[in-house]
Amino acid sequence: MGTKPIVESSAAGGGAKASPKTLLSVRSVAKRFANNIVLRDVNLDVAEGEFLSILGESGSGKTTLLRLTAGFERCDSGEIWMAGERLDPLPPYKRQVNTVFQNYALFPHLSVFDNVAFGLRVKKSPAIEVKGRVEQALAMVKMSSFANSSPAKISGGQQQRVALARALVNRPKLLLLDEPLSALDANLRRQMQMELKALQREIGIAFVFVTHDQDEAMTMSDRIALLRAGELEQVATPREIYARPATTYTAQFIGQTNLLHAHVTAGMAECAGMRWSTDEPDGPVTFSVRPESIVVATGTHGDGFVRFRAKVLSQLFQGAAELLQVETTSGYRLKVRTSSGKTEAAELELAFAAASAVSVRETQA
Amino acid sequence: MYSRAYKLAVSLPPVAWVLLFLLTPYLLLFLYSFWTVTPAQQIVHTWSLQNYIELLRVPVYLQVLWRSMRIAASVTLLSLLLGFPLAYYVSFHAGSKKDLLYLLVIIPLWVSYLVRAYAWKTILGSDGVLNTLLQYLHITHHPQGYLLYSPLAVVLTLTHIYTPFTFLPIYAALEHIPRKLVEASHDLGATPTQTFWRVIVPLSVPGLVAGATFSFVLSLGDFLAPLLVGGPSGVMISNIVVGLFGAAYNWPLGAAISACMMILVLALLFATGRLEKKWSFT
Amino acid sequence: MIRDALGQERAGWLTLHAIAVFAFLYLPIVVLIVYSFNGDGVGGFPPRNVTFDWYRQLAQDTPLWDSVLNSLLVALAAMAISIGLGLPAALALDRVNFPGKSLFRRLVLLPLILPGIITGLSLLMLVVLIGLKLSLLTIILGHGTALISVATTEIFAGLQKAERAQEEASLDLGASYGQTFWRITLPNLKLPVIGAALLIFTLSMDEIAVSFFLIGRDNTLPLEIWSRLRRGMTPEINAISTIIFLFSLALIVLWYRLRMGNGENTADTVATATKEAA
Repeated sequence: MGTKPIVESSAAGGGAKASPKTLLSVRSVAKRFANNIVLRDVNLDVAEGEFLSILGESGSGKTTLLRLTAGFERCDSGEIWMAGERLDPLPPYKRQVNTVFQNYALFPHLSVFDNVAFGLRVKKSPAIEVKGRVEQALAMVKMSSFANSSPAKISGGQQQRVALARALVNRPKLLLLDEPLSALDANLRRQMQMELKALQREIGIAFVFVTHDQDEAMTMSDRIALLRAGELEQVATPREIYARPATTYTAQFIGQTNLLHAHVTAGMAECAGMRWSTDEPDGPVTFSVRPESIVVATGTHGDGFVRFRAKVLSQLFQGAAELLQVETTSGYRLKVRTSSGKTEAAELELAFAAASAVSVRETQA
Repeated sequence: MYSRAYKLAVSLPPVAWVLLFLLTPYLLLFLYSFWTVTPAQQIVHTWSLQNYIELLRVPVYLQVLWRSMRIAASVTLLSLLLGFPLAYYVSFHAGSKKDLLYLLVIIPLWVSYLVRAYAWKTILGSDGVLNTLLQYLHITHHPQGYLLYSPLAVVLTLTHIYTPFTFLPIYAALEHIPRKLVEASHDLGATPTQTFWRVIVPLSVPGLVAGATFSFVLSLGDFLAPLLVGGPSGVMISNIVVGLFGAAYNWPLGAAISACMMILVLALLFATGRLEKKWSFT
Repeated sequence: MIRDALGQERAGWLTLHAIAVFAFLYLPIVVLIVYSFNGDGVGGFPPRNVTFDWYRQLAQDTPLWDSVLNSLLVALAAMAISIGLGLPAALALDRVNFPGKSLFRRLVLLPLILPGIITGLSLLMLVVLIGLKLSLLTIILGHGTALISVATTEIFAGLQKAERAQEEASLDLGASYGQTFWRITLPNLKLPVIGAALLIFTLSMDEIAVSFFLIGRDNTLPLEIWSRLRRGMTPEINAISTIIFLFSLALIVLWYRLRMGNGENTADTVATATKEAA
């Protein structure tokens, strides 16, 4: 395998911090179940106070990575460190890590209050302290009036808040969230994304958020760790991962893209009759061009731009934008995104900036 | 969707049969308890509470009932002590062997009651396996006569028979506990022991109540084990009833005791049913 | 499985307890089997003189085999009654809102929950009232009635799983209720009915508490063994007990295979078995 993931600028969020300290360090962790290798050689650092999303398809190993961090599974090889001490030999109840489960896992025989108080009570905290902290936690998630309700009687969204309070009341060093929003409907989901992000900013605890939804990851994260088939494909901030995807997989998984399989000779890339200058060395190179980088050509598109004619195959109205499927004269199909109402033509002259063609590595199978 | 004829065809036969052959007999039992019997062994069909008064007046009945309840309570307690940890083990710690172990627990259930009770007779007798073994090992020097034909023997035998019964509903309840709750508990800092008492036990209560009820009710009304291994000191309330329907020939009195037993059991079932409902969370 | 920091299971004492309970449950049965081969008969330790004598004696014991035949007869007849009434009962519970439905449900379960003596005595009184003579017929009546709920529970569970839409489709395509029942409903219930039959058969073969009061001149196997036990132990009893054990073992494995094959999970099988095996 030999291809290392590209880890760029491990800057955490909350801009004004000086170079942030590493809180969690996953080192060469591997895990298999029976004959299935779920994680191979994963290396990842989580900075204090950052909101990191682990993004991936089902089967990518993202939940397993989370469970290894929480302590529900043991690593086959590798180590996990937190705050300068080894974490992986410890059982879950000795780790200062708390989890928000996908289906909340609230205790059905306890009230909302008792659920949230659970972690404090097993540590034998005095009753007064328990009361104070639980009320504070419930207020933080806006569930104060439900303190005496039973989990069966509240809605999914409300259960999720309680699960959050139950985890946070223990003031863990790290909070793990296992696709906590996937069971909610779209509107509630969007609302919770905002709230979670705001909450994390306010508390300042590091959040590791597992999701398969790239929009969600982009919206909430300081950094995204893209996991594919048990290995990290790329770890970067949302902007960087979008603007400079490292591999074809990344380019296609996050947002939409056009992949141009070009050939570079003496600083010139050539593909389907289009040519542009590039710094890439000679040989076959794949370039990623985002659909919104391709615009209808006007007089201003001169040097540094690639112009070409294409036939419009189909047009999809998406509200704020339109997605066009076009075919160049040499038969190359591309996706173009323009703002609505600009074009109704059957054939267009299009252009994209040479700089917006980002070279990407072919993903190994 | 179903025609009137269809509905009639499926509901009438079973309901009629059950009314005739279940409800009527149970009601007859009650009726009989209000009749009396002459010394000439003739049933007198006049209504009276004589039998019930007799039960309260003559001490032996209440004594035996009390002994029966103590035996039943001992059996229940022992069954729970044996069955609960076992069910917990099979449900949470057995891994791939879970199905096999479960099967191993219920196999004795399907072996004849008589066979199992008889086996204890073989083991506990003065010439029995246990005594000869103890003497062989020089732990004792003569047969321990109290092992057989005593309340102890009845308790041992009934515990052996009803432990799998107790196991079953407890196991079912434990299986219904979502494993994620155990993980959540650990995640929040509770050790496995704390998790057991704070999460698992509360959620197993319905199973525990059901198992305990089975053991208690069935032990209370048992008459075979006492006849085999109980001896005179191990006589239970149902044995008295059997006697009244046999040699002692007083059907109405026997019916009265049975009716009392029935009311007791039904009341218990009602109470535990409510308890189970209240503690049902999963 | 929950493991602690050292990777070992924190179940040391728990495992020990489990082994102890299994020993408690099985040693008496093992003793029985071992002593059925013991030349010196019952009692005494250690067993010596391995012999098949008791089995040989058993083979020539006509009254015993007569009682086995009686038991088989009773079991098969009980099966017929229980399923013949339990099947419509299950359908009725599933589809018809008849008056007294919940009372019926509880009533039909009573024989399994109440001690056998109560049901046995009650039926005896009915039999006496009607003036019926005690015989195998009365035992069949008792077993058949008491075990209806076994059939009802199993078949009802099967109905819950089956697709209502299939019957609706059949009716929609022009089949009558009768045809639908034969061609669609019944075949779908094949497995639950077989499972119930197996269970009823085994329970009837072993039934003693109710039979005790309804017995006439002919004994069933358990009652035959019982009367011998009252007279005194014979090693032959060990032999027949061993045979019964092996036979029950085979039946239960069969039943379990059937149930598991039908996609039920262990715990639900367990829940119904609890009530039934009483």
